[in-house]
Amino acid sequence: MGTTTNTPAPPAPAPKTNRIGLQVLDYRGGKTTLCAGCGHNAISERIIDAMYEMGVPPERVAKFSGIGCSSKSPAYFMNRSHSFNSVHGRMPSVATGAMLANKNLIALGVTGDGDTVSIGAGQFVHLMRRNLPIIYIIEDNGCYGLTKGQFSATADLGSTLKSGIANDLPPVDTCAMAIQLGATFVGRSFSGDKKQLHTMLKAAIAHNGTVMLDVVSPCVTFNDHVGSTKSYKYMQEHEEPLHEVSFVPSFEEINVDYDPGTTFEVTMHDGSSLRLKKLEQEYDPTDKIEAVQRLMKSHAKGEVLTGVFYINAKAPSFIDMLNVTDQPLATLPESRTRPSREALAQCMAELQ
Amino acid sequence: MATIDIVPQESSGQLGQKRVVNDMSIQVATVNGSGSQSSNTVLLRSIFQMGVPISGKNMFPSNIAGLPTWYTIRASKDGYIARKKEIDLLIAMNAETAQDDVKTLSPGASVIYDEPLALDKVRDDLVYYPVPFDKLAATVGAEAKLRKLIKNMIYVGVAAQLLEIDYTEVEKAIRKQFATKAKAAALNLAAAKAGHDYAIANLKKRDPFCIQRMDKTKGKIIVDGNSAAAMGCMFAGCTVVTWYPITPSSSLVETMIDYMKEYRVGPDGKATFAIVQAEDELAAVGMVIGAAWAGARSMTATAGPGISLMAEFAGLAYYVEVPAVIWNIQRVGPSTGLPTRTAQGDVLSTAFLSHGDTKHIMLFPDSMIECFTMAQDAFDLAERFQTPVFVMSDLDLGMNNWMSDPFPYPEKPIDRGKVLTKANLEKAGGFARYRDVDGDGVGYRTLPGTDHPAAAYFARGSGHNEKGQYSERPDDFERNMERINKKFETARSFVPRPELAGSGKAKVGIIAYGTTHWAIIESRDQLSKEHKLETDYLRVLAYPFTREVHDFIAQHDRTYVVEQNRDGQMASLLKLDIKAELTPRLRSICHVHGLPIDARSVTDELMMMEGK
Repeated sequence: MGTTTNTPAPPAPAPKTNRIGLQVLDYRGGKTTLCAGCGHNAISERIIDAMYEMGVPPERVAKFSGIGCSSKSPAYFMNRSHSFNSVHGRMPSVATGAMLANKNLIALGVTGDGDTVSIGAGQFVHLMRRNLPIIYIIEDNGCYGLTKGQFSATADLGSTLKSGIANDLPPVDTCAMAIQLGATFVGRSFSGDKKQLHTMLKAAIAHNGTVMLDVVSPCVTFNDHVGSTKSYKYMQEHEEPLHEVSFVPSFEEINVDYDPGTTFEVTMHDGSSLRLKKLEQEYDPTDKIEAVQRLMKSHAKGEVLTGVFYINAKAPSFIDMLNVTDQPLATLPESRTRPSREALAQCMAELQ
Repeated sequence: MATIDIVPQESSGQLGQKRVVNDMSIQVATVNGSGSQSSNTVLLRSIFQMGVPISGKNMFPSNIAGLPTWYTIRASKDGYIARKKEIDLLIAMNAETAQDDVKTLSPGASVIYDEPLALDKVRDDLVYYPVPFDKLAATVGAEAKLRKLIKNMIYVGVAAQLLEIDYTEVEKAIRKQFATKAKAAALNLAAAKAGHDYAIANLKKRDPFCIQRMDKTKGKIIVDGNSAAAMGCMFAGCTVVTWYPITPSSSLVETMIDYMKEYRVGPDGKATFAIVQAEDELAAVGMVIGAAWAGARSMTATAGPGISLMAEFAGLAYYVEVPAVIWNIQRVGPSTGLPTRTAQGDVLSTAFLSHGDTKHIMLFPDSMIECFTMAQDAFDLAERFQTPVFVMSDLDLGMNNWMSDPFPYPEKPIDRGKVLTKANLEKAGGFARYRDVDGDGVGYRTLPGTDHPAAAYFARGSGHNEKGQYSERPDDFERNMERINKKFETARSFVPRPELAGSGKAKVGIIAYGTTHWAIIESRDQLSKEHKLETDYLRVLAYPFTREVHDFIAQHDRTYVVEQNRDGQMASLLKLDIKAELTPRLRSICHVHGLPIDARSVTDELMMMEGK
């Protein structure tokens, strides 16, 4: 036996952490129970990455969902965040209430096309109107997955079920609706477009107001066949990015030059910078009319337009308008929520 | 209401009878939207300021302007404030209903009426006081569009003179009513004066009713239950209110907005509350639940149709275990029913609101003071038991004017229930949201935003285990449901206890709740004086029922459950709770025509059921 020298093992490389010292593991959730290949799982991954990269404290995030496959997914990311899986189509009201109680929360709503556009159309409309600070993601697969594949209200005209039955009603464009109704950050992406979705989610985190993201997310079990317009194949062939989306968060130094002639820059609420590089014609994402017009044109051409269609980084959010105390209402002490004896005496005197 | 409420009368004054002092019912028949509310309030207040106990009941249509409305003012030296069916003085201002209104009076009642209506032609056994209201309005000098409003103040002056109310009290009441509107005050003072002067000069008193000064209202206030509830909620530390307008609950939140702006905005202009008008009742209660989950003391106010819409969310809150305070200002259903009339018709539907095995804590305020104090009870119970609590008011309580003692300042500290903080979590290392640590069925909760890696849990309406994790295991589900039931059982000894009146030794018991209470007080006196029937009375304040409720039924040969619905809903609820052998002892007295229950009806029906 030769002599051996005990050299110390090289130190294990420190795990990679984000700006608040957390690892990506700290943003993970339970094991998914959705089908293998479901678009929703990819969206969960993008949420984890975006939250991690933006250094969002997971304890500040509150996840909200309604009912359906998409609404189950908050269990599969960010275990360190509170979550509320509510009732079908009514998640917006629960999220609104929570934000009234604690304005420091970062609200993330995950919903589906059935949960939002059919049973939840009413609450969707009023959430958009209020411009509540929330990231509202529709995982849009054009069908009801959890009840085995019936058409939803975003299914395209003529799109078919697995059985061959064709949809004979026109689809609702949630983005056009959201723009008209008052949401201040509206875009569409595709669960298979990793880079674009990731970037849009990071920008969404920097926004103060309602972010409405419609993310086409194929249902591999019930709506991924020939004849479906929400299949992977259809999306790969028909996705039409409006621009190339890039994002520089406020905490990073801006060291990339861009050409203002080809790129539209939006300075966001927290100082971050959203950059939209033109791929085709002139497009102004702060113009509602242009946004809706462009969406309608792309429908007529049979394209699935993606990108940030509309943004208004300056509008006050619903919470701003309420002008509540800096400390969350939820934890105000009795000394601030119970008026004095003198106040009651005054109330009584007025009634005598 | 005159057109349907025909009753045999026995107490009205006859010509030549001796004077009836401080004991009468005045009905004012007008058209809604004519400003009669102010006039009626002034008349009510004038009597109140004379020291005479009063109550005011508004019977109004579901309409903005042009339909008949009746306002009944009762003055009672004995302090009875339930509705009295018999009308002693009618003020007939509505041409459309005047004939019917007069026909329903009993002989000897008196009528102040608009002269052109020629009501004295209808029958000849009443005392008539014709008044040329239009001519008098013209002399007051108001512009044409204001004349119909001030006509109503003219009858106040006429009535005050006929009832011998000290006229300075009328002036004082008008100044209070129009405290912030000097011009309107002057015009109304002139109108009342015109009526008063006319009565002095032209009307000879021929009826026995009069008001004389006494000392039974000193220090008291006049308020409606919705305002009392609004104040109660404000002093109970409510921070989030979300609502959808529905009669008769809207004024609760609207009044609360006024109070909160006055008393809950800091010097920096920032509010310690958020009040949001939602898009419907589903969203209103969804917001309440979201806010409560995130830690706010949150509430909504609604009525029957809104309660129905909240059913799904009520089940979610019950099962996810989120506090919520829901005021149900009951009105007449089913469907739109009679939206501006009163009932106690939502007792059963609220008790079990939602699907699956669901049952809710309910509180039954009977008075202005309880509308105030039960607000804190409701919030404390909701947070203590992490469950929705329903406060079962009604239109009569919520929207009518009631005399009350001033409200006591709440001495009990606010109870926020079992909430774990960051420090608690650091000490314990973690927690299981739905574990029964203390044996009372109530788990510990954390609020979103709590800065600790183990703070989060997943709130879900689907099956879950102690840690809130998804579970379809039969044993997990059953254990959870049993624990939630244990909370309800624990609550039995936390809810407000019932109130007993009587010796406790009578054979006949009466159980009532909410506004029915006031008819019972008077009816028990009638039963005792007129029929020599002594009764014990238990007023129920809450569901689940406390032990005293069971004991009361067991201790009486028979117990009459008196309530304002068709099916005897409280009686049914009691039958589910008491021992089977006691259920035959319960008898229902139900009252369902939309007007507040009166003592005479209770007395008559109870005596009939007694077989006498």
